[in-house]
Amino acid sequence: MKGILICGELKGGKITSVSKELVTTGRRLSDKANQPLYFLLMGDKLGIIAGKAADMGVDKVLAVEDPALADLHPERLTAVLKDICHRIEPLLILFGQTDLGRDVAPRLAAKIGASVCMDCADLAFDETGDVLLQTKPVYGGNAMAQWASPNCFPHVVTMRPRSEKPSEPDPANPGEIESVAVDIDESQTRAQLITTLKEEDGGIRLEDAKTIVAGGGGIGGREGFRLVRELAQTLGAAVGITRVPSDENWMPKKLEIGQTGHTVSPNLYIAIGISGAPQHLAGCSSSKVIVAINKDPQARIFEEADFGIAADYRQVLPPLIEKIKDLKE
Amino acid sequence: MNIIVCVKQILDPEIPVSKFRLDERNKKVIPPEDIPPVINPYDEMAVELAIRIKERHGGRITVLTVGDNSAARAVKHALAMGADEGIVLQDPVFEDSDSFGTAYILSQAMRKIDDYDLILCGRQAADWDEALVGIILAEILELPVVTLAESVDLIEGRLQIKRVMLDGSQVFSVPPPAVLTVSHETGQPRLPSGWGIISASRKEIPVWDAIAIGADKSRTGAGASRKNLVKLFIPVKERKCEMIEAETTEEAAGKLAEKMRMKGTI
Repeated sequence: MKGILICGELKGGKITSVSKELVTTGRRLSDKANQPLYFLLMGDKLGIIAGKAADMGVDKVLAVEDPALADLHPERLTAVLKDICHRIEPLLILFGQTDLGRDVAPRLAAKIGASVCMDCADLAFDETGDVLLQTKPVYGGNAMAQWASPNCFPHVVTMRPRSEKPSEPDPANPGEIESVAVDIDESQTRAQLITTLKEEDGGIRLEDAKTIVAGGGGIGGREGFRLVRELAQTLGAAVGITRVPSDENWMPKKLEIGQTGHTVSPNLYIAIGISGAPQHLAGCSSSKVIVAINKDPQARIFEEADFGIAADYRQVLPPLIEKIKDLKE
Repeated sequence: MNIIVCVKQILDPEIPVSKFRLDERNKKVIPPEDIPPVINPYDEMAVELAIRIKERHGGRITVLTVGDNSAARAVKHALAMGADEGIVLQDPVFEDSDSFGTAYILSQAMRKIDDYDLILCGRQAADWDEALVGIILAEILELPVVTLAESVDLIEGRLQIKRVMLDGSQVFSVPPPAVLTVSHETGQPRLPSGWGIISASRKEIPVWDAIAIGADKSRTGAGASRKNLVKLFIPVKERKCEMIEAETTEEAAGKLAEKMRMKGTI
């Protein structure tokens, strides 16, 4: 067995930042273990993307182009990955903890007899250089668990987004590109994909936002989110939410940040009416500066914030919005 | 439509952080004495979805769990909500099984039950947060699996499932029997009724051991585990919060804006 295989992902015809983070992780590990780094691309039209991928600092890009790979169809993607794994026999297969990774990584591990560790925040070899230590948050982020799988190869790992910096392009050392033809056996595809709906509201994508204003259960209802939105608008920020506003239908579910939602790391994260459950912090704790506004001075969010105001957001936000407007002028 | 729901009993994920303690030497969580374990909230949503399907299409709901004597509590909760019967899979050789071992044990019980159209699992257990068992179970039984299911319809003998994604949703159609992992978008699980609690308390919950389900013990327990826990620890907090104090909230808001500007974030 040799090599590290990254399962790359595309969004809007571009390599996702999570995939670039995987290159950083993969490169670090492959240099340490003196192993080649493969980057797998699957899609209906790859075009110039394979070339871009080859410039990211990987040894080889494996490009699988097939009209059947246009959508996220886990059975088909697993079939392709299984085929690729049989050909190159990698030691480690890396995924992002994304819609794709969450679903496909366990399927692949079961099919190829691999060990699997989901949602890792850190991945490193031990001092012997032979054992891969896989560290992941458990108990909703209350604890961290470090695992090893010395007797089970290969390893399948999904990495939590924002665990590492995205790789920088390295066009001076381009990797090879190999176009791989994979026969997708449709008789093995039992689930029929009827539709894929992408909810796009034209707003700033949470993953790309430099500033995020997030509201939690303490906002109290739909009405309160007007102020949250107004602050976001003033800052040119994206709006995020915790589980409560999502479950209560105050705000669209797709804005949810946390273990069961998006993982973000903006420069500024303003948490309003958020208690600070570890399941929420899991999605935002790598933000550069965290500001918390909560009327409960004992709220856990203050332990995770850089600046805090213990007061009712209804009283804090209007003057804060005015002050920010002043400063921006 | 006969449905099997897999449930797990876990440490209450809502416990206050001050009550969350570890035995780092033995790599175990110390359960607080005054807070009883609960049915995994995602599994509770799977039970809810099963009951909704039964209300529309009829059938029986069987609840399975792998665990010790106390695990029957999670099964009783599901019965009180409206499931028909429960079974506990328990044997010393099952202890400390990883997700592959647990999925194998469940798969053997499914083979024994044999008569089912749908298997539901919660999207993940809120203790180890791996989200593996449902998918591996489907792979062992060679059944189609759809993850993060929000709702299910029965259309011309096929299951039509809406699944949630981060930026949207998908609809899949699969022939039964199939496995679904259920996400919280399903909605709040119902509370057990008074009558539900009484009738659940009267129900016998059979215990099936390795022999009863024909389980190969080389595939269960710590020995069969594909990964070992090396370390369990509480992460160190890196931030120190500066609380902004002022006479009025206006003043505090002004100070906060200044701080944010000094940090270069606005």
